[in-house]
Amino acid sequence: MQKDVHGLLESREFKALVARKAKTSLILLLLLFASYYGFVLLIGFNKPFLAQKIGETTTLGIPLGVAVIIAAWLLTVIYVVWANTTYDPEVRRLRAQLLGK
Amino acid sequence: MPPVTEQAAGAIQTTLGQPTVPSIAFFLIIVAITLAITYWAAKRTKTTKEFYAAGRSVSAFQNGLALSGDYMSAASFLGIAGMVALKGYDGMIYAVGWLVGWPALMFLIAEPLRNLGKFTFADVVAFRLKQAPVRIAAAIGGILTVLFYTIAQMVGSGSLIKLMFGLPYEVAEVIVGVIMLAYVLFGGMLATTWVQIIKAGLLLCGVSVLMFIVLAKFNFNPGELYAAVSTQYGQAALEPGGLITNPIDAVSLGLALMFGLLGLPHILQRFFTVPDAKAARISVLYATGFIGYFYIIIPIVGFGAAALIGREVIINIDKGGNMAAPLLAEFVGGTPFLGFIAAVAFATILAVVAGLTLAAASSFSHDIYVHVIKGGKATEQEEVRASKIATLLFGIAAVLLGILFKGQNVAFMVGLAFAIACSANFPALTLSIFWKRFTTAGAVWSILTGAFLAVGLIIISPTVWEDVLKNPKGSALFALKNPAIVSMTASFLVGYVVSLLTREKTAEQKFEDEKLRTYLGVGAE
Repeated sequence: MQKDVHGLLESREFKALVARKAKTSLILLLLLFASYYGFVLLIGFNKPFLAQKIGETTTLGIPLGVAVIIAAWLLTVIYVVWANTTYDPEVRRLRAQLLGK
Repeated sequence: MPPVTEQAAGAIQTTLGQPTVPSIAFFLIIVAITLAITYWAAKRTKTTKEFYAAGRSVSAFQNGLALSGDYMSAASFLGIAGMVALKGYDGMIYAVGWLVGWPALMFLIAEPLRNLGKFTFADVVAFRLKQAPVRIAAAIGGILTVLFYTIAQMVGSGSLIKLMFGLPYEVAEVIVGVIMLAYVLFGGMLATTWVQIIKAGLLLCGVSVLMFIVLAKFNFNPGELYAAVSTQYGQAALEPGGLITNPIDAVSLGLALMFGLLGLPHILQRFFTVPDAKAARISVLYATGFIGYFYIIIPIVGFGAAALIGREVIINIDKGGNMAAPLLAEFVGGTPFLGFIAAVAFATILAVVAGLTLAAASSFSHDIYVHVIKGGKATEQEEVRASKIATLLFGIAAVLLGILFKGQNVAFMVGLAFAIACSANFPALTLSIFWKRFTTAGAVWSILTGAFLAVGLIIISPTVWEDVLKNPKGSALFALKNPAIVSMTASFLVGYVVSLLTREKTAEQKFEDEKLRTYLGVGAE
């Protein structure tokens, strides 16, 4: 099986799988960074922006804080949907190729 | 409409601090149920796979709740509610930071961890490296993390239980130690997982009811709640205040919170309890949902406490504001609801300490005893016995440390645990999973650099140097309150450079097998 393993790992398909996984993870991670560190740096550099009122007394900072949490969760939803529909079938196919025959 | 004036709130009579019939009844019910589960689990906990990893039988949903249970400590429930009550919006900023590690955990390591590991995260770091040195180093990083986390939990639990039930501090420590040891010692990971699930369910329900009643008092319009807060304490309560003054410090703390999660041994160990990588991934989705919901509603509880109870009353009971949520529970639901919330907080403490103890014991027995002392050749019985002895020793140590640190300012220790986790454990873990050229020497030096730099820098930072050791303001040698940005970067750099300077042919050859397991799950346990 050793030769098969090596062949599979060197195959275009496996390399594409690894690259797609890395790309998806990195893009989602960057979005997470952008939302959270964006929020933190906004507090650090522009407090008046967050302190502005959007209702009678409610400040913009309150919904924005909630939005960062919801955005983080939505990113996990995106990843799971991607992995379940795109990544897993490809993994199953490559596994069958290696172990099936 | 400010429904309660300051005077009315000031006149609140509280039974907080005395053992009441409801609080004791709820507490006994929770303990009885969890011990019954432990009895059931004990019959299913014979092998190492069952003791460390619940036989890999935990479903994604169950693991999602158990992860939430491990993470939502009494400190975050009572502490953040209190912080929002006393400091307003700043408490909310703090709450957001506690969630954002979870997506990163999913994107980077949840699946590889499940595919590569057996019982501890050191299994993954040492996958293709030399076992003894890497496991010793990983155990140092892991146990230091768990130790500081445990001290913070034990000291916090002693004072919280004293505040809520009026029990002497030392008695509280011993009760926590004895009950949680019963869970871990007899029921292993299966019992610990179910204790976490029950605790997470109770905590989420309790806080939801609390939020619901608060919102009901303001016609289900958060705007009215904020208006009441603003009328009593000024608009500043709804604006960012002094929490983030130095952006570098804020980013450093953010890095520690985010990547520290990816290095917490008791969290990482949960990924070995699910059947496969897909379940690991989906359990993080559930956990992120539950924990995100928790951190969204906690600020409402905190603001509710400020508006309905009043800051003065809260500070009178406890300077740190920890009793904001229990006081609010009593105000809106009387003694029975206070009893319920207090019992849930107690259960929370038990569950978190149980998870930590299991993680520490696994590291001692699986990493040190089996792979270093016995050279990887211990029998099943020897390993189970070693893990139980390690559990007992760590449990006793936790109680003694809790008593030793009584009255000390240990709030920084949670931050320290996260700093060590992100500086010592996380870099070695990711480099080992993703980088072919990573070597044994690189791993050992990366872990040791991260661990000692994190501890050293925090000692000379304002957090410990000025606030704990009482040196004059401005005398700290290291300016940042949290060292992560320096210590984590250094750990990555050292791991990288040392690996380039040493070459390990066998590790590079084994990377093929590792990749096969990481991505396809072929050969996963």
